[in-house]
Amino acid sequence: MTSLNKSGLLASHGEVLREGVRDGTPIALGYFVVAFTLGIAARNAGLSPLQGFLASFFNNASAGEYAAFTVIAADSPYMEMALITLVANARYLLMSCVLSQRFAPDASIWHRIFVGFDVTDEIFGISAARPAPLDPYYNYGAMLVALPGWAGGTALGIIAGNALPAAAVSALSVALYGMFLAIIIPPARVNRVVGAFVAIAFAASFAASVLPVVSELSGGTRTIILTVVLAAIAAWKYPREE
Amino acid sequence: MTHSIWVYLLVMSVVTLAIRILPLTLIRRQIKSRFLRSFLFYVPYITLAVMTFPDIIHATQTPASGFLALVVGAALAWAGASLFKVSALCCVVVFLAERFLVG
Repeated sequence: MTSLNKSGLLASHGEVLREGVRDGTPIALGYFVVAFTLGIAARNAGLSPLQGFLASFFNNASAGEYAAFTVIAADSPYMEMALITLVANARYLLMSCVLSQRFAPDASIWHRIFVGFDVTDEIFGISAARPAPLDPYYNYGAMLVALPGWAGGTALGIIAGNALPAAAVSALSVALYGMFLAIIIPPARVNRVVGAFVAIAFAASFAASVLPVVSELSGGTRTIILTVVLAAIAAWKYPREE
Repeated sequence: MTHSIWVYLLVMSVVTLAIRILPLTLIRRQIKSRFLRSFLFYVPYITLAVMTFPDIIHATQTPASGFLALVVGAALAWAGASLFKVSALCCVVVFLAERFLVG
């Protein structure tokens, strides 16, 4: 009532912002635990709590950051840091392409930049599961809780180390996978092609993790290769009717 | 230590943000190709499935408790449980299973 602008923003985006916070909460909890253990690796690489907080705030990527901390620990050239980050995070390029098609064509460049800022596996998952066009305020709601969970968890991990009991870490570490299941299983039930390819993806991913040669690739690289190959086969054999 | 941690942080952040932001800002029109549109439709489900299994059984203290969480989580999602419920109950399953599995 005091500020027209503010009440207008909350009136038109408040509900979807709250939905983002709601769906972002389990993400934030899962992030906090994973980031806590990541903080231990950061401390071993010589990062201060503030440096860990900033690394996680601007990167928000578990495998990518873990790989980066090993580069710092080894005192490797800056070029190696750029290459390893590129390889470990390349899947976000694909996710960003998917989201570019969910935006309304006239969406402002600022919304595109801020949504792009935090394209993680989990936030991508929940926002891609919603009907197009993408409402950036949903992503902002999720980021509002997920980013502090991730960056704060990393800083606390550097400070407090191994304070969390193993049973709690183990239980909480499946929170993110549970969320993935909640995203992929309902459409797999409705759409036969999606269902079949989810099953094929499970099997192929398991095979790739045990077979010689492929299993020696990093998890991030395996994810990209399997995703591109399987999605290309699905699109070629079962193109979508518009 | 001959390299600066602050420069390392700058390099990794610039690369990560470029990967995330460039496609979103450069691809501003709807892609017309039916193949590419179908491809981008299937990517989310396939990539999340690839990341879920077998990683879920390596995340827990015992593979069995992770596998149990996968089965229970998939069944709950199939029955239409919410994101939060599926996620929270997967954690509960692992916690309870490991009280018996881990001595």
